[in-house]
Amino acid sequence: MFSNFLIWFVIVPIIMMAGLACCGNGNMKAIRAVMVTCSTVLLGMAIWLVCEFLRLRGAGDTSEMLFQGSWMWYEPLNIHLAVGVDGISVLMLLLSAIIVFAGTFASWKINPLPKNFFLWFALLSTGVFGFFISIDMFTMFMFYEVALIPMYLLIGVWGTGRKEYSAMKLTLMLMGGSAFLMLGLLGIYWHSAPEGGELTWNILQIAHNNSIDPTWQNMLFCFTFVGFGVLGAMFPFHTWSPDGHACAPTAVSMLHAGVLMKLGGYGCFRIAIYLLPSAAQELSWIFIILTGISIVYGAFSACVQTDLKYINAYSSVSHCGMVLFAILMLNQTAMTGGILQMLSHGLMTALFFALIGMIYGRTHTRDIREMGGMMKIMPYLGVCYMIAGFASLGLPGMSGFVAEMTIFFGAFENSDLFHRIFVIAATTSIVITAVYILRVVGKLILGPVQDEHHLQLTDASWWERLSTATLILCLAGIGFFPNWINETIQQSFVPIINALNTAI
Amino acid sequence: MGLTLPILILAIPFTMFLILGLGGVKMSHKLAGILGILGNGTLAVIAYIVAFTYFFSGNPEFIVDGVRQQVQLFDVTWLAFTDRMVVNIGFLLDPICAMMLVVITTISFMVHLYSWGYMEGEKGFQRYYAFLSLFTFSMLGLVVATNIFQMYIFWELVGVSSYLLIGFFYKLPSAVSASKKAFIVTRFADLFMLIGILFLSYYVSSTPADGVLGGASAFNFMMLNAQPIAVLQSTVGATFMGASVLTWAMVLIFVGGMGKSAMMPLHIWLPDAMEGPTPVSALIHAATMVVAGVYLVARFFPMFCIVPDSLTFICVVGAITAFYAAVVACAQIDIKRILAFSTISQIAFMMVALGCAYNEPVEGVHYSGLGYMAGMFHLFTHAMFKALLFLGAGCLIHAVHSNNYTEMGGLRKYMPICHWTFLIGCLAIAGIWPFSGFFSKDEMLAAMFSRHWFWGAWMTMVAGLTAFYMFRMYFLVFWWEENPKYKHEGHKPHDAPWQMSLPLIILAAVSCVAGFIPFGELVTFNGEPYHIHIEGSVAATSLTVAVLAIALATLMYVKKNPWPERVKNFWPSLWRAANRRFYWDEIYMFITHKFIFNIICKSIAWFDRHIIDGTMDGLAAVTQWTSVKIKGMQSGSAQSYVIWYFFGAVVLAAITWICIL
Repeated sequence: MFSNFLIWFVIVPIIMMAGLACCGNGNMKAIRAVMVTCSTVLLGMAIWLVCEFLRLRGAGDTSEMLFQGSWMWYEPLNIHLAVGVDGISVLMLLLSAIIVFAGTFASWKINPLPKNFFLWFALLSTGVFGFFISIDMFTMFMFYEVALIPMYLLIGVWGTGRKEYSAMKLTLMLMGGSAFLMLGLLGIYWHSAPEGGELTWNILQIAHNNSIDPTWQNMLFCFTFVGFGVLGAMFPFHTWSPDGHACAPTAVSMLHAGVLMKLGGYGCFRIAIYLLPSAAQELSWIFIILTGISIVYGAFSACVQTDLKYINAYSSVSHCGMVLFAILMLNQTAMTGGILQMLSHGLMTALFFALIGMIYGRTHTRDIREMGGMMKIMPYLGVCYMIAGFASLGLPGMSGFVAEMTIFFGAFENSDLFHRIFVIAATTSIVITAVYILRVVGKLILGPVQDEHHLQLTDASWWERLSTATLILCLAGIGFFPNWINETIQQSFVPIINALNTAI
Repeated sequence: MGLTLPILILAIPFTMFLILGLGGVKMSHKLAGILGILGNGTLAVIAYIVAFTYFFSGNPEFIVDGVRQQVQLFDVTWLAFTDRMVVNIGFLLDPICAMMLVVITTISFMVHLYSWGYMEGEKGFQRYYAFLSLFTFSMLGLVVATNIFQMYIFWELVGVSSYLLIGFFYKLPSAVSASKKAFIVTRFADLFMLIGILFLSYYVSSTPADGVLGGASAFNFMMLNAQPIAVLQSTVGATFMGASVLTWAMVLIFVGGMGKSAMMPLHIWLPDAMEGPTPVSALIHAATMVVAGVYLVARFFPMFCIVPDSLTFICVVGAITAFYAAVVACAQIDIKRILAFSTISQIAFMMVALGCAYNEPVEGVHYSGLGYMAGMFHLFTHAMFKALLFLGAGCLIHAVHSNNYTEMGGLRKYMPICHWTFLIGCLAIAGIWPFSGFFSKDEMLAAMFSRHWFWGAWMTMVAGLTAFYMFRMYFLVFWWEENPKYKHEGHKPHDAPWQMSLPLIILAAVSCVAGFIPFGELVTFNGEPYHIHIEGSVAATSLTVAVLAIALATLMYVKKNPWPERVKNFWPSLWRAANRRFYWDEIYMFITHKFIFNIICKSIAWFDRHIIDGTMDGLAAVTQWTSVKIKGMQSGSAQSYVIWYFFGAVVLAAITWICIL
């Protein structure tokens, strides 16, 4: 079992937790040492995995999932710990590793209870990594829950503002989503094999069997899509996101917006669409309407917010809406764009929340009306904020542009009027995004200094620079050389597209 | 031609941007300035070599049987959406591209040099040079684009460099809001362009059986432009609201050009963009970026010709804009705003010229592609003299520390170099022989007359207005009466240092002789040389009109006299309206701020917090309320349990009884 490389993505965070548990409670040095070592190791593993994956694919290994492994876990229900990765999960693992790495540095001075904070943080990462490597629906769901629960404590204890309320709201809404999801997954399980066959939780096996009849598919599709959609901030189930993000501590916001919300999108295509293709064909229009609303509605809402975190939370609603919107277009190009958007949004939002955390840590306010002229006071952070803003509004050379363009061009392949109208409506978001981003940049970063006291504030420290520079490099890297990622993702969509085509 | 030079053309400015942007903080001003100027000088030399090789080497790669060719020097895959829709980044060399390379690098070099004097001692000097390099890079990438998508990429980058440079003085709220406005307005236009590209790439290439483009990229200019008209028309049978999809696509793409080139009604950002440093206005908002729209039309000219409606649309937009901007320019006080409106008006001139061209021989028209050639010619000459005028205005502002002509007057004695070069610029834009503007304007008017007398007459009137407002400004600044304000404490305005004067002199020299360039031999729509000759009647008319307009301006403004006030008071509301640019800004303010922001956005945000989130909170509240209400049932008192048991039994009995019945 331990010879499988993927399983180490779960083991390393567990080792990290064990290491943290051994540290003294106030021993910042030891805690940081454990965190930095483990997150660097994870990042290294993720990079190695990507390289190895590309090498194997290049060498002609065309099996759907690489690095597969499966171990029986609970025999009566045929539950396995089954792992395997395709191009998409590999990139998602890399994204998670980058954000855990950046998040570690962004919470360098977390207070109080640093040890406990990082313990929960590590548990959350365990869940995230576990989710992306699983190909067994049950373990996937388990890891999903593992990732969600620590959120409650992380926000409730280390948050700011109305933290208890927000933590409770976030947890309850996501648990509500999980309830739908559980129903959907159970339903898929009970229909996973043709009459008399052995029931299975294995995604590849279920897709291969393709034995769920269309009526059931329709019902299960709604359950699973809504279940994952809640985490993907789909309208009208997005309201946990603004409050949750606003109250969460920096690293948690980063990880949550950067990775956790991607679990929603990932689940949507990996389970809802892949396993229930005929329902996806039939019912996608409902969710296209909802996500189309998300995109425009989130962007408009972001225009009038005054709290930096609210602005980015609504912006996330808009951008994550774009992810689900793309996935629902059910063609290779648009879905590829959706994954690119996940990566791009993950990096960009993590950067935004990191910066907001850093600014908040200095000024102790997040109200844009009380701040101004940050460029003069802290030029490094100001420049980073502008870069994040440009990435968000889709400037060429940043990943956001690549993702959005791929989505629009892919979505436009659906030549019927309904799809086209929604695509054109979605394109308007590029203007609205520019409006709210420039509004914030103009008020917060540029302009005259609002508050005399801010003049004494210092610019970024080395760990903050490291954290932000990593993210910016990744954003620009995808933006400049998108094609290898694009190809990797496109290949991985082949089985899903085949499933969709045979379902008609 | 090898790959080295074309790659260098893109690589040098980008490297400059990275070096100055990342390492600028550690550099002294002098080092940054020298680096910027050297880098750009090298770039200009390389661009000249490329253009010279293209035009004059006679290499069969570039010219076959006297016809200049379009050449893709390189074209590499950047992003593949699908097998068919592949975005390439490449380098397309053809007459207009070679001309633009010369224009951009020349003006950029002049501006770099000039800024060394103008921006001396400004904080963020290195950042300024970094942004200038970024702009140069993006603009060069735009003109060498091999496909519409590459153009769109650099189009956006140009927009953002413009944003950064307009907002260079970021501590001034006015600069911040001007940069924001410029970016958002052009982004709004780009949205239409994007939709246009979407339409174009799908409809033109998807049917029949992917045959039209032979499986090649759906974005490529050469592929799209080279299609026989019949093939393209047959593929765009679909119509939408009475016009073919291709018409819609081309019009939408043109709307993107309207945004960048500040055509009505998307012109509102350009006057505000004057908040940026003056050399930036000269480079971006006069000579290069704002003509991107014209360049776009020229680049896609064969496609526009297939749908003549779109050309008519271009003509109408251009004609209205040209007139509007010229009228507004007559009533401005800020000299940079006058120049800004003059730019809008001149670009609209080029648009009309392009709109009046044909791509195939037409009966009764001696040269059908005249408008195209003339528009490009004017783009070239205008870039030179308008940059000159802006740089001159920069010297004036530098000297008197104000943008308004009311603070100037009588400056000719103090700033001779600035005065003479400015005069040359004014004569050129007014279209006086032998300055460059005369030649290009004459060709444009001839093209317009050959399309329809109306366009010719209308634009001749605009040309007259141009001469009038330019000389109005010239006389008010350099003649009129000396303003005592700028001469306080023995400090007199004086000519600028050599870094600033040299570009003025060079550009003035170019404006004097550029008209004699045999432009028709070099740049035409189909690559075949055309021998320019002056149309006697058109030239005579436009010269007469210009001279009359200048004479009128001389009468009114050469010495202080009450006539300007009297004219103004003759119809004060018109003057006020023109001064306020016919209230376009107020209209936009109303729509964006009052309507979209206050009504749409605020109500959506309210709806989100109170209805959507309220429902969620409501669910929680109901759950809690229910739990509070029913928790009393678990009271521990035996009597109440008995009562509940009794009730339950009765209800069950009743149900059973009903079911049995």
